[in-house]
Amino acid sequence: MEFLSYFGNVFEPISFMLLLGGTIGGLILGATPGLSPTMAVALLIPFTFHLAPHQGLILLGAAYTSTIAGGAVSAILLNIPGAPANIATALDGHVMAKKGEGAKALHLAFMSSAVGGVIGVLLLIFLTPVLAKWALAFGPSHLFWIAILGVTVIGTLDSKSFVKGLLSGCIGLWLSMIGYDDIQGVQRFIFADALTGGINIIAALIGLFAIPQVMEMLSRGRTITDIDVITVRHQSLLASFREMISNMKALSIGTITGSIIGIIPGVGGQIAGLVAYDQTKKISRDRRKFGTGHPEGVIAAESANNAMVGPSLIPLLTLSIPGSPTAAVLLGGLLIHGIFPGPDLFKNHAAVAWTFIDSMLIGQFLMVIFGIYIANLAAKIAQVPRSILAAGVFILAVFGAYSVQQSMGDVHVMIALGVGMFFLEKYGFSAAPLVLGLILGPIAESNFLQGNLIAGAQDGPAIYFLTGYLNLFLISLVILSICFAFWTTLKVNRLIALSKEAE
Amino acid sequence: MKKILAILTMSVALMATTTAYAGDYPERPIGVAVSYGAGGATDFQARIVTMVAGNKDILGQPIYIINKPGAGGRVGWNWFATEAEKDGYTMSAYNVPHFIAQSIKGGVKYSADSFEPIANWGADPAVVVVGKDSKFKTMSDLVAFAKANPGKLTLSGAGLFVGHHIAALQIEKAAGVKMVYIPTKGGGAAAMKAVIAGDVLAGVNNLSDAFRAQKAGSVKILGVADLERDKKFLPDVPTLKEAGLDVDNASVNFRGLMVPKGTPQAVIDKLSAQVPVMFGHKRVAKRMKAGGSPMKIMTRKEVQAMWAKRKSTLAELLKGL
Repeated sequence: MEFLSYFGNVFEPISFMLLLGGTIGGLILGATPGLSPTMAVALLIPFTFHLAPHQGLILLGAAYTSTIAGGAVSAILLNIPGAPANIATALDGHVMAKKGEGAKALHLAFMSSAVGGVIGVLLLIFLTPVLAKWALAFGPSHLFWIAILGVTVIGTLDSKSFVKGLLSGCIGLWLSMIGYDDIQGVQRFIFADALTGGINIIAALIGLFAIPQVMEMLSRGRTITDIDVITVRHQSLLASFREMISNMKALSIGTITGSIIGIIPGVGGQIAGLVAYDQTKKISRDRRKFGTGHPEGVIAAESANNAMVGPSLIPLLTLSIPGSPTAAVLLGGLLIHGIFPGPDLFKNHAAVAWTFIDSMLIGQFLMVIFGIYIANLAAKIAQVPRSILAAGVFILAVFGAYSVQQSMGDVHVMIALGVGMFFLEKYGFSAAPLVLGLILGPIAESNFLQGNLIAGAQDGPAIYFLTGYLNLFLISLVILSICFAFWTTLKVNRLIALSKEAE
Repeated sequence: MKKILAILTMSVALMATTTAYAGDYPERPIGVAVSYGAGGATDFQARIVTMVAGNKDILGQPIYIINKPGAGGRVGWNWFATEAEKDGYTMSAYNVPHFIAQSIKGGVKYSADSFEPIANWGADPAVVVVGKDSKFKTMSDLVAFAKANPGKLTLSGAGLFVGHHIAALQIEKAAGVKMVYIPTKGGGAAAMKAVIAGDVLAGVNNLSDAFRAQKAGSVKILGVADLERDKKFLPDVPTLKEAGLDVDNASVNFRGLMVPKGTPQAVIDKLSAQVPVMFGHKRVAKRMKAGGSPMKIMTRKEVQAMWAKRKSTLAELLKGL
């Protein structure tokens, strides 16, 4: 209960102002496509040079939490996930916004973010010693199987057809191979200079989601009478809160999945939202409503990606291993003040560590208050006429892709992928499985190659990859996931056949 | 007539700026391209060592960082060699031996001759680490195991043709053993995690990161791949040479600033006079020390000699690969 005694530090005037500023700034940065949480935190590092250690960390922690939540705004209203964490949010959230439920979707997103976030931080406070051991349990073979587990999700994710889902996933896997391979030291599929470093995931994300939508809006032209102005129905906070509580199942699956995935170093928040979304979908009674603007989808995705934040810091704070790119940047923020994370961090720098963690807890509440305030303003975006919105989204997309690493090459990649995706969508393919392939490809591949090298020095790949409790557990999850996907596809097909016969 | 006048005034104005150029340089903020992502060690240190650039007695203009990560630094240095303006307003951070080893292996658009060094700020030697419960207590334990079990000693490091890889190659060559070098994606942190978790039997990592990990009680450091012991951080850890392995400092990760070839000599002179002063500033030193980042300030002349020496050592070492 030591953490209780440091709450006072958070409410010191300067600390609290930083927390407030970090939260509001983070929400706005997060809502801007292309500015990922990692970059937001990195941009703030120089400011922390001049602050006391705990103040600097409060600022960085607030920015980390709120950029992830802020990403929901552009995902829901514009269908541009600001970071991989928000892909799953866009799947149902944007459909809700199109139906006029933008305000509701945003309320749900922020509230479930806060619930997930608070639980994630509580895990960080109470279970750090236990969970730290967990983080180390995952070696290359396990990470490989986790990535494969993610691949099995591809077929069922946001796609009318199982086969087309798998095909999109394969395209994504192939795209992820482009670039310089760090493990074997070879170049692959580098046709243009812009591809030397591989396809940047954020740029790809923006292109795949935003560009087809812009083209869709423009292709309808001005002649059509339904220059649809979407109404934004008013939504009371209480009603949103009730809605969230009534979807307890989605909320808890999202939070649990997010927390577990958050601890595993190297996988991190990129897939937490997508995996939680898929799990909730598989278990939900309203399975078939997913993708049509179903609140459960938003709740699962957003609770997961914020639940990931707290546990993702466990390997950093206790073992000095940054488990995600953002954690690596936070490590920089600690080092600059001469604070070395490690088992004795809580002994040597108790005030700094606990004030930081406490501020993340309070930050969740500030985030939900200001998030909803911003959401009410931002929801009006949906009322902008489509033709103007299309231009606006395009500008944001170009700006976002460029700002990732100040590279025009990324902008070209973004546009090329987007135009390709526009035509693929015409044939029933969808962007989410493709992006998942793009994210999982490198994780699966590099861990397989490393595992193979290690196995070569031990007892061979078969023993390395296929024995041990954790491997077997993960493999059975993979098999279960595949069987489940087949079973549901068969069932749906039978239902369709039956309804046709009835006609 | 008006047009001609306008052109005349414009060209006079232009001439004025070009002549004033070297004398008044820098007139606007200077960018430093870092070939690694935000938050990495190179980025982190580059931000610290350039933070006092705006002081009147240093450069009088602030320095800002541009991150161009990808393909182990190749993306950033390719960009810097081919596209960066040669006017002194774009510098880049270099990592030796990385970029020199990459250019020897080919497939990139630069070599040591594409750039002009300005000054060096840091030197982070590679060290050999093992898990805290490892049966290896000294370098000779490790070498003896590698000798008895060819191809069984797994060794993690941050990638191919970086300092860690070079050190591993040098150890193999010096001891006459065959080890399995496992490059990780995600840099030194992922390589360190592999050692702590016991995924691999040993690892090569940065001195600064290994020092922290040892302080945290998760690893033991067996040897330093440098010419001398590190007196400040690891006075008790022997160099590999002391441990009986003929390994020099070719794997030490030197970091500094450079400009593209073709930058005006006056600009190079001004920078190479002022930048070492900037690196030596006491606020910089304080921050670098706090972060556990070893500093080594070298002038342009010293860096030129160091680059030339690395080029020949690395060409020799990488010949067989």
